[in-house]
Amino acid sequence: MSALLQVREVSKHYGGVRANHQLSLRVPRGSIVGLIGPNGSGKTTLFGSIVGYHPIDSGSISFQGREISRLRVPEIARLGLLRTFQQTRVYANMNCVANMQISVPAAREGWLSMLGRVPPEVTDKAENLLQFVGLYSKRRLLAGDLSFGQQKLLEFAMALMNDPVMLLLDEPTAGINPTLINGIIDRLKRANRDLSITLLVIEHNMRVIMNLAEHIYCLAHGEMLAEGPPDSIRDNQQVINAYLGAN
Amino acid sequence: MSGRWSRLALRVALVILALVAPLLAPAFQTQMAVLWVMVLLSLTWDIMGGQMGYNSFGNIVYFGLGMYATAVVERNLYFGVEEYTDVAGGAAAQLSIGQYLTGFGLGLGAAVLVCLVVAVVIGYAILGLRGHYFAICTLGLALGAGEVANGWDYIGAGSGLVTPLLPEGLGARGIFYYYYFLILAALCFATLRHLYAGRFGLAINAIRDDEEKAEAMGLRTTRYKTVAWSISAVFLGLTGGAYGNLIGFIDPLDVAFSGGTLGVWMVLMAILGGKGTLWGPVIGAFIFHITQELFWTYLLGWQRVALGLLIILIVVFFPQGILGWLRERWPRFFGAAPDPANDPARGESA
Repeated sequence: MSALLQVREVSKHYGGVRANHQLSLRVPRGSIVGLIGPNGSGKTTLFGSIVGYHPIDSGSISFQGREISRLRVPEIARLGLLRTFQQTRVYANMNCVANMQISVPAAREGWLSMLGRVPPEVTDKAENLLQFVGLYSKRRLLAGDLSFGQQKLLEFAMALMNDPVMLLLDEPTAGINPTLINGIIDRLKRANRDLSITLLVIEHNMRVIMNLAEHIYCLAHGEMLAEGPPDSIRDNQQVINAYLGAN
Repeated sequence: MSGRWSRLALRVALVILALVAPLLAPAFQTQMAVLWVMVLLSLTWDIMGGQMGYNSFGNIVYFGLGMYATAVVERNLYFGVEEYTDVAGGAAAQLSIGQYLTGFGLGLGAAVLVCLVVAVVIGYAILGLRGHYFAICTLGLALGAGEVANGWDYIGAGSGLVTPLLPEGLGARGIFYYYYFLILAALCFATLRHLYAGRFGLAINAIRDDEEKAEAMGLRTTRYKTVAWSISAVFLGLTGGAYGNLIGFIDPLDVAFSGGTLGVWMVLMAILGGKGTLWGPVIGAFIFHITQELFWTYLLGWQRVALGLLIILIVVFFPQGILGWLRERWPRFFGAAPDPANDPARGESA
């Protein structure tokens, strides 16, 4: 498998704080890769670097063989590399269907379609995906009126609407009740298998990430602590120490 | 079915009323023409301020630009600058109907062109600003434009500019411009209704709700923002161009770049009716203009105080505007409700 996303020795400092130091990781096309680490270990900073939220200090990031570390957020998104947010970001004063309709890929958008109506096939696709994440009956509600867990599902559906090549998910199950979590794991796997979307997932819930990912990277203090298949990460003493705070 | 017919009947009645209103009350023709100007100001402000969440205090710039562009073309087409001043503006110069309409039409064309170019150029420069910074910047634009016009001799500077008189064959000035503004307001409303119902409306609403998210989804936000600003500018240019002719005299600060009156009122009217809705700005403009005229008539000397009180009452009791309040009270009527019972099988409602 060729690497879809390749991060090489990326560093990012905030003043004196070393948020990311010489991080490297690769995500093969079609895979599900996990990214774990204690709070403040630099996971979200790395996500931000990949999708262009802030310039990196050094290193390189390539997506589909193309260097993207100098591109801006919307340009990277139009290449098919999308992220979701730890705190949900939905369009609160628009209903769910509208949230979905506006999330179609913008890469092929022309001037005319910009001023035209929403094609019926877009609305159909929006409703199908809302069905897929279990929000169909809420489709006419304002996104801001949904619960936190439902907003996460909506945000995931919006990302799928965008036909991404790869999704970066920042804690997709945080704040969601345990029953719904199984549903989310199942949908992430189906998105990966059926829609062939590559996933890079930040997750604190070990049960979720061990179940989901085929390869896991673990960060601590901005550095890469360990990597490997779930089983080896689970048994890795350094990882356990980092999480539990042992010396 | 009967509901549909009665709604249709109501619409037809309203259209007929709009068409014959100036004939029923000839004394109020100019006021009624100004009413449609108010509707246009409030509708165009709401594109950015309501639907897109970019509070602009600078839209009056396009109103003034359109006014001056039209007046200058009308002047230069048939007179030299010197000659025009000699005959005391257009007052003594009689134009034929053909001349007047040619000048007016070309003037409006120039207004559209100028406003479009300025909107695109300024848009690219300042639409990266957000929130309060954008509001303050546009406020500066409005003040600056007024000062420039006030000091520029070519357009009459502080002494203003007189627009040509309407030739007799075209009827009373009030009537002619009543229909002009009525048609323009209807055109503007129809354009916005089409745009808001489509991708454009969704995009600018998304920018209002969370611009960073919209960028993260790959939306070309700068393009949408510039187009929104330009649509606003074009309609304002067409409004301002004719407004100068309706009033007959362009004062740079009181008529053209009147940020303290029209510039603020357009914001108030949209908020009063319900910003971010299609009908809100229209309703707001009607209520605002009519109450304002009533205050002038019956509370002379206190009209500004009464207006101020009205504004305070609106902001305190109807922060979402009249339509926003209705929508909050009866969400079901506006289509924001879950499906009854369980998830119905797909296809049933699609």
